[in-house]
Amino acid sequence: MAGPMKARARMQGNYADVRVLMSHPMETGQRKGRDGKPIPKHFIQNLAVKLNGKTVIEGECSQAVSRNPVFSFRIGGAKPGDKIEISWLDNKGETNKTETAVA
Amino acid sequence: MRASGKRTLLLAAFAFAAAPAAAQTSQFEQYQKMVGEDSPAELFVLVGADLWRKKQGPKNASLERCDLGKGPGVVKGAYAALPRYFADANQVMDAESRILYCMETLQGRSRKEALKRPFGNADKPSEMEYLDAFVASQSDGFKMTPGMSHPQEKRAYELGKALFFARTGLYDFSCASCHGEPGKRIRMSDLPVLSEPGPARAAMSTWPAYRVSNSQMKTMQWRVNNCYRQMRTPQPVWGSEVVNSMIMYLTVNAKGAVYAGPGTKR
Repeated sequence: MAGPMKARARMQGNYADVRVLMSHPMETGQRKGRDGKPIPKHFIQNLAVKLNGKTVIEGECSQAVSRNPVFSFRIGGAKPGDKIEISWLDNKGETNKTETAVA
Repeated sequence: MRASGKRTLLLAAFAFAAAPAAAQTSQFEQYQKMVGEDSPAELFVLVGADLWRKKQGPKNASLERCDLGKGPGVVKGAYAALPRYFADANQVMDAESRILYCMETLQGRSRKEALKRPFGNADKPSEMEYLDAFVASQSDGFKMTPGMSHPQEKRAYELGKALFFARTGLYDFSCASCHGEPGKRIRMSDLPVLSEPGPARAAMSTWPAYRVSNSQMKTMQWRVNNCYRQMRTPQPVWGSEVVNSMIMYLTVNAKGAVYAGPGTKR
């Protein structure tokens, strides 16, 4: 039930500037709901970026990141037309991914 | 050395207190610019586009044949030409009112059902917020040309203008109390002078907008509604003549602006 993702990648000099938008509640576990009970943690834990199928970035992410986060990466050695796949995995095991081509 | 250090500190403190408002404005503008790049507003547009094509309601129809003023099925550039008078409904409508009209006519839904939850929250945005974001996104780059020729359009403008300057409610506030002179702000947010073309253009060309501070897509109906809430008046009725006329007045003030929404706000 993950919401949409959107990514774009543009060449800037000799690297690709990749930007990605993700829908995610990013609950910290610190907030309380209307019933006074804490809202369970729910946040993206891992990010992975693949360039033409090969993993080039693996990152960890914490509750400190906002809801519906925006990330940007620079990938050296990318060329126009290269396929970039970005995926995330959250603490509940939910996952989502999106693809874009370097422009 | 210690004393002189203290003096420097004191001077620095003074300099800070006396820092011109312009410096703060530029900070706020910088922030606006930063959050505006690759905004989550785009995620709402994607969901809105799906909802636009989703068949639902008693007639099991989508909104794809909705006439937003440019003919049935034309979404491109429609938002930038609203509000305007619609003969079929015999009233001046903004984008959201028109979307609601299409939900009623095309999908056969009752106004009550379709308006059950016009304003969503961060956990569950409303259908209207998604749809409004999508419709608005299709006018990116279009010049804003609200209807200004029909007598009802002129009437809406005049009513909106009168409302803008009318003081009312518990605080005896008018819209102009906050939005009537330059250099005002609430906390860190600059308050645009919405009766002037320049600030009105900047504001109206970027609504609806994703609000970073509460992770929500906010629409123009909400914006007017919430201003009245802050003025402690009774809550205006969604899509009423009051709200639509206010939106008409503000949009006419902004006419000629190049629409660049949905935007991103603090």
